Amino acid sequence: MKQVFYTVAANRPLTADVWEMALTGDTSAITAPGQFINIKLEGLYLRRPISVCRWDETGLTILYKVVGRGTEAMTRLAPGAVLDTLSGLGNGYDVAACPDHVTVVGGGVGVPPLYGLTRALIAAGKRVHAILGFNTKSEIFYEEQFRALGAEVTVTTADGSYGTKGFVTAAMGPADAYVCACGPEPMLKAVYGACADGQFSFEERMGCGFGACMGCSCETKYGSKRICKDGPVLRREEIVW
Amino acid sequence: MVDTKVTLSGIGLDNPVIPASGTFGYGYEFAELYDINCLGTFSFKGTTREARFGNPTPRIAECTQGLINAVGLQNPGVEAVIREELPKLKKCFHKKVMANVSGFSIEDYAHTCALLDKEEQVGWLEVNISCPNVHNGGMAFGVSPQAAAEVTAAVKEVTSKPVYMKLSPNVTDIAAIAKACEAAGADGISLINTLLGMRIDLKTKRPVIANTMGGFSGPAIFPVALRMVYQVYEAVDIPVIGMGGVRSAEDVIEMMLAGATAVEVGAANLVNPYACRDIVAALPATMEKYGIANLSDIIGKAH
Repeated sequence: MKQVFYTVAANRPLTADVWEMALTGDTSAITAPGQFINIKLEGLYLRRPISVCRWDETGLTILYKVVGRGTEAMTRLAPGAVLDTLSGLGNGYDVAACPDHVTVVGGGVGVPPLYGLTRALIAAGKRVHAILGFNTKSEIFYEEQFRALGAEVTVTTADGSYGTKGFVTAAMGPADAYVCACGPEPMLKAVYGACADGQFSFEERMGCGFGACMGCSCETKYGSKRICKDGPVLRREEIVW
Repeated sequence: MVDTKVTLSGIGLDNPVIPASGTFGYGYEFAELYDINCLGTFSFKGTTREARFGNPTPRIAECTQGLINAVGLQNPGVEAVIREELPKLKKCFHKKVMANVSGFSIEDYAHTCALLDKEEQVGWLEVNISCPNVHNGGMAFGVSPQAAAEVTAAVKEVTSKPVYMKLSPNVTDIAAIAKACEAAGADGISLINTLLGMRIDLKTKRPVIANTMGGFSGPAIFPVALRMVYQVYEAVDIPVIGMGGVRSAEDVIEMMLAGATAVEVGAANLVNPYACRDIVAALPATMEKYGIANLSDIIGKAH
């Protein structure tokens, strides 16, 4: 973890309520895809945790869904604005633990960290099947970006307006045995039941984001874990629903 | 050169800044961020007789200038704390630590305190009779002068270390409870714990916190905490540790003027992990700004 003051380089909507923000600054604390940053916003007390979509030596990109006062405030940040963040939080996905063929499964705003993960998996010589689930066609983002990385991409929409009709599990087959997933808990639970092994990223309301307050604890087969520090990624075999 | 030293029941502190229980774990994780020996001391995570997972999530809710938490005393239990947490702390913290203890019965408190009494690292016991987040746990003792006195007396019986009773603000007369603790032998009073509060999610139309209510802390409660420290300072002759919404060196000085010998910093650590280090660093210049040469001289000066 490192406190970093990032500068907003770009901030634009991708869909009606999902935005993409590019930040420049020190990314040395980010060591794995699936980690997050915790952002201090003017007028709000607690920081807002947002997963890192991708990063390089000069900066990072986050995608966020406008759901409340914090994310609404983020949409008003113009290029040049400086953000007080804690960077490189959480464990992230373990790329080395993944087999040669990995299926990444994202639902809605759970998709962003899987972009960085897919890039890392492909860089490590692994094949990736990306299943990206949305409610409807107008909510889809980043399909082309995943294809550009070299992943085999399947998009699902719950209403059938684009791609495979149904939830993400409708696109899962026998080849999708090892899954790295991120999305709402009902989706994670369904994916858990449809695969044999993998890594799952969880969401929880956090206090601090760095392991101090015990606000986001969950029970696992190996005792309680803090989603913010010991997670957000848990191995499939340790999850207790 | 200004002097930031204070003395808490015979044990000297380099400065009065103490991270509050529940916002600093058992210390060693913050030691990865900065040298925690710059602190006066710190109060470790509320520890109970048995291990506790705590409450269901969500346990946290945003508020204006603060937050509500309903963690529910998650901790590994006193035996694991002594076996695993204290040895890890010893490697990075060379001062006496304040042991924060909670319980569900008078026997619980006495048992846990008796075990911690044997630990050389522990300088003080801070006995939490004010946790709002566990059913029938803690706060029940803190809202009645008689029950508060009973816990105090039971703990005093099993320890030779100074005992600070941590009081709840969710009472009609905090001075009466402080006096009852003093009469039962308490060496000091710690206050305030969090204020009972809640939030409701407008989208789901349900409470945000799974446990419905929780403890409200943060800068918003500072004036309430300051007032109670002021009242308790007038009511008792034992030292007071003040806390509630403290986030700056100015707040530390204000708490001391109200009557605090030392000052705990809680919620601020969760937003800025360096908050206590920054407050310690800012103290000398802030003292100079207000013409304070010796911090211990200003305790209770507002009276």
